[in-house]
Amino acid sequence: MIEAHGLTKRLGGNVVVDDVTFRCEPGTVTGFLGPNGAGKTTTMRMLVGLLDPDGGDAAVLDREYRDLPNPGRRVGILLDAAAQHGGRRGREALAVSAQMMAIDEARVEALLDLVGLERSAARKRVRQYSLGMRQRLGIAHALLGDPQVLILDEPANGLDPEGMRWMRDLLRDFADRGGTVLLSSHLLNEVEMIADRMVIIGGGKIVAQGTRAELLAGSGTLVRASDEVALAAALIAAGLESRAGSEGGFVVEAEPEEVGRAALAGGVALSRLEPSENGGLEQLFFDLTTAAPDALPADFVEATR
Amino acid sequence: MSIAVLPAPVSARDADHRPGLGRLTLVELRKMTDTRAGLWLLSITAFLTVAVVAIAGLTLDAQDRTLREFLAIATVPLSLLGPVVGILLVTSEWSQRTSLITFTLVPHRSRVLVAKLFAGISLAVIGIQLCLATALLATAAFGGGGDETWSLSAALIGQDALSVVVAMIAGVGFGAVLLASAPAIVLFFVLPTAWAALGQINALEGAAKWLDQTRAMEHMLERSLSGAEWARVGTSVALWVMLPVVIGFWRVKRDDVR
Repeated sequence: MIEAHGLTKRLGGNVVVDDVTFRCEPGTVTGFLGPNGAGKTTTMRMLVGLLDPDGGDAAVLDREYRDLPNPGRRVGILLDAAAQHGGRRGREALAVSAQMMAIDEARVEALLDLVGLERSAARKRVRQYSLGMRQRLGIAHALLGDPQVLILDEPANGLDPEGMRWMRDLLRDFADRGGTVLLSSHLLNEVEMIADRMVIIGGGKIVAQGTRAELLAGSGTLVRASDEVALAAALIAAGLESRAGSEGGFVVEAEPEEVGRAALAGGVALSRLEPSENGGLEQLFFDLTTAAPDALPADFVEATR
Repeated sequence: MSIAVLPAPVSARDADHRPGLGRLTLVELRKMTDTRAGLWLLSITAFLTVAVVAIAGLTLDAQDRTLREFLAIATVPLSLLGPVVGILLVTSEWSQRTSLITFTLVPHRSRVLVAKLFAGISLAVIGIQLCLATALLATAAFGGGGDETWSLSAALIGQDALSVVVAMIAGVGFGAVLLASAPAIVLFFVLPTAWAALGQINALEGAAKWLDQTRAMEHMLERSLSGAEWARVGTSVALWVMLPVVIGFWRVKRDDVR
């Protein structure tokens, strides 16, 4: 379990993290989503005690991270896969940490297998690793202490599509066995693939959080017809607000059934009628993180808190 | 692939126990030797030690080829390069950014720095024993044969060890103050020398006698020190060793690890 309560951090006169509150429950994967510079990394650094918050507090497994006696055995952390000594061999990097948290070094071998780092690669110095290999080494490092909680900052960076799928399965399995996962990303589709819940941050503030369905609720209906002029007329006749969809058709601020009735009344044959899915979430993410939070409809922000 | 196939990690016994300082010290000793840079530095130190002792054995006059002389010579590479190992033990965590890992595994940062000091001291003690062994071998091989050849007081061995240990602690301290390898190494060697140069000015003569580490410690490898000489060693050590260590603790605790 991870809890952030009112976390606030000022750096150089700017508020980079502003009253951030969220919770990650056991058995779930939470995606921490926001553009670069939104405050994701700063928030995570406060969660694990590397940075003191100016306001609020954070708890991991019901205590302040610093009060965990041997944190590596409870919480697996990957903040930056590049933060490894370039002159150290991959296997040795894991073995040093294993010794530090009092773990049998035999587990290092098992983890190298798990993340798919070959023996020959593990014998190489980290300097020679590609970003993808460092990322795998970092995941192995996070899992080394058999933790109950994983905190991963941009873990999918540098992974190929196959690596992405591998990580999704790994984190899914970890959560299904009761683990808690928080992972950050600036890419919506990465998080969408992996996470059960999303916490969206923009300009240091949480702008929305919830499951995918919760975030999409009220985001509209995508409707298409071969005769778009007639469709537009039917929507107007029914008094429905709409805007052009990104790939043609319209996104209507109404439930699918209502849109279907409007089309029936106007005598328009539809080629598509569905809740505005991906496009909706993408648009939502874009709107949420670019617009100042105050510019968002208050009821929406309220509903997703 | 599933995590379920992993071997059970280990005894759950240690999961809720803080790793002890002994364990952390062993980890720090390991970190000195398991990187390419660390291994090279230690190898070069060992090689230089053997080389300078051998050269001394072949070139010194017979009356100078004594155990005491060989020990003093054997200690030179260690007292110069040992502190560099100490500096890098701290600064490489910042230059290589492994501090991110170290301080999430051990959130109480001062414990890490204490472990680094212990590791440095351990390395110095092991090093001085190897120097002594080298000096003994050299005396057996090249000894001049005079009455003084094998004479060496325990006090002198102690002073020798102390000077190396003190230099090592100073190295760790300088590393912790600056948190960057190049400035720490440069200042470690330049500052005391610059200070010594200032000591040449007559008005500063008195202060220099007490605060210039090179002068305060110059006889440490030659003979047992008198009480007044010990007092000078103490004051210079306070300035050049204790002060950096104290500032270093403060700095390491406060630093925004990135």
